Amino acid sequence: MATRDISAPDLAAIPESEIVRPPLMVRLRPYLIALPALLVLIGILYPFVMGVAYSLTPYAFTRPNTDFVGLRNYMRMVEDSDFWYSTFVTLAYAFSATGVQLALGLTVAMLLNRESRVAKILQVTLIFPMMIAPVIATLIWKMMMQPSVGILNPMLNSIGLPSLEWAAVPETALFSVVLIDVWMFTPFAALIMLAGLRSFPQGPFEAARVDGASFWFTFRNLTLPMLTPFILIVIIFRFMDSLKMFDIIFAMTEGGPGNTLMTYQLTAYRTSIQFQRLAQGLPYAIVLYIVIYFVSQWLVKWWGQAQRRAAGYS
Amino acid sequence: MDATLRKRLIGIFSDGFLVLYFLFALFPIVWMVLVSLKSTDELFTTQFIFTPTLDNYQAILFGDARASAGVIARQEFPRNFMNSFIVSSGAVIVSLLVGVPAAYALARYNFKGKENLAFTFLSFRFAPELVVIIPLSLIYRQLGLYDSYFGIIWVYQLVTLPLLIWVLRSYFEDISPDIEQAAMIDGYPWHRIFIQILLPLVRPGLAAAALLAFVFAWNNFIFPLVLGASNVQTVTVSALGYISSAQAFFNRMAAAAVISSLPQMLLALSIQRYLIRGLSFGAVKG
Repeated sequence: MATRDISAPDLAAIPESEIVRPPLMVRLRPYLIALPALLVLIGILYPFVMGVAYSLTPYAFTRPNTDFVGLRNYMRMVEDSDFWYSTFVTLAYAFSATGVQLALGLTVAMLLNRESRVAKILQVTLIFPMMIAPVIATLIWKMMMQPSVGILNPMLNSIGLPSLEWAAVPETALFSVVLIDVWMFTPFAALIMLAGLRSFPQGPFEAARVDGASFWFTFRNLTLPMLTPFILIVIIFRFMDSLKMFDIIFAMTEGGPGNTLMTYQLTAYRTSIQFQRLAQGLPYAIVLYIVIYFVSQWLVKWWGQAQRRAAGYS
Repeated sequence: MDATLRKRLIGIFSDGFLVLYFLFALFPIVWMVLVSLKSTDELFTTQFIFTPTLDNYQAILFGDARASAGVIARQEFPRNFMNSFIVSSGAVIVSLLVGVPAAYALARYNFKGKENLAFTFLSFRFAPELVVIIPLSLIYRQLGLYDSYFGIIWVYQLVTLPLLIWVLRSYFEDISPDIEQAAMIDGYPWHRIFIQILLPLVRPGLAAAALLAFVFAWNNFIFPLVLGASNVQTVTVSALGYISSAQAFFNRMAAAAVISSLPQMLLALSIQRYLIRGLSFGAVKG
């Protein structure tokens, strides 16, 4: 993805004495072209900076006080016993949703990547679940899990399994929302990995077949290493998104029952918006932002390396 | 013989697993359509076999026929639908106007801070929304932008702008700079080259990216939830109202869900070729 600069002539071809710096307007051109986007950028960064500033005050909608109190809101957050539980739920949701989507998505992608009429027909509909708004999809699932009009419990009963109380009880609440996340985003994982599988050169796989390599040998030594960049793309999008998942949990239980599903995002929303204590909820959002920022930087760097390494196979 | 039999068995097993997965993936959508066709009586007494009716669609689009009999009339749906349409298309138009030139600059020029700029736009996509919209909920109230179309369209740039910039950048990078250099030698100014040569070349990708951005804006929930109220209420926010009231209108909600999501599924089918690149922000060419 090397960028060839069209504004400057190829310097290597010109004797050094003849190199003239392009006029100021030409050098400023890219900034001018990007200027409208830069203005939008500032409009988005301003509230972000204000948010960090407000997190250092005791500001509440009901008591607009902007005294500087240092990290008091952060200290209070860490000392709150709910904070560690919230950390646990946020991570549990993100790891389980991403993990299942990777495994199921890879399976579906490999099964779709075959000569099969069934696969061809089904593939067309793969994108449907992820085009529905997460909130609306969650309401549909909520309806299916509902005791009086729901269909999931009758279906469980018909194959001899007992009814579940789904998101209404703490034991199965996390399972219920992760199930919806898996339903909605496994197609994304499958699509990306399917695109990866289809981009592979056939040579190494034919060589392995001729040598009589087993399925697992080929999978471990060819498929997985070559697929790593694509797996990382899935992780980057799905892990980051599920760390900050709001819509599914909010539409399902608003964080309940009790505080069972109070992730960072839900806690920040409840404290800052519902309870109107603006400054007190901000640390949850800001800590989550910092975590996501560093993890995504690291994953993107890893992705770059994996891409170069995978290129070595073809 | 043994090998072909084994191969066929693996094929059957694989297709079987796929069918199971797709039952799981498609059943909620089928169920949504079924429930939207049920009358309120049959909602509680039937599962798959019932007398279909269009009452729910009529109720959400034109008002409840039983409104006089004490049932709350819910006919905000057409308004919510319009709101969703206005803010989503507004957001995409703004993103196109500012994002297409920015994507071009990022793809074609080497300038200081280029990669930092590109990654700052990308970081919007991954940032937890509340880090921006909690302070915005205060700033908007001070500026009078709370519950306004402009306010929502502005904040939707967090959703639509990174997508358009990154996807378009990858399309611009796919075009050989030789074409532009030839035009430049012929004395064409850069803006004519951009409009007359480059834009037509990326048009299919551009259209697909814009449609996908529209879908993401349409599906958004947290921005209008926090920064809007009755004026700009979108279908995603109003959908909650059908079942959070004392009386749950599951069938009405299902009808609203069908009207607000089927168009997008059809839309997505039409851009399937470009979907993978759009969904991965240009990282996977697909």
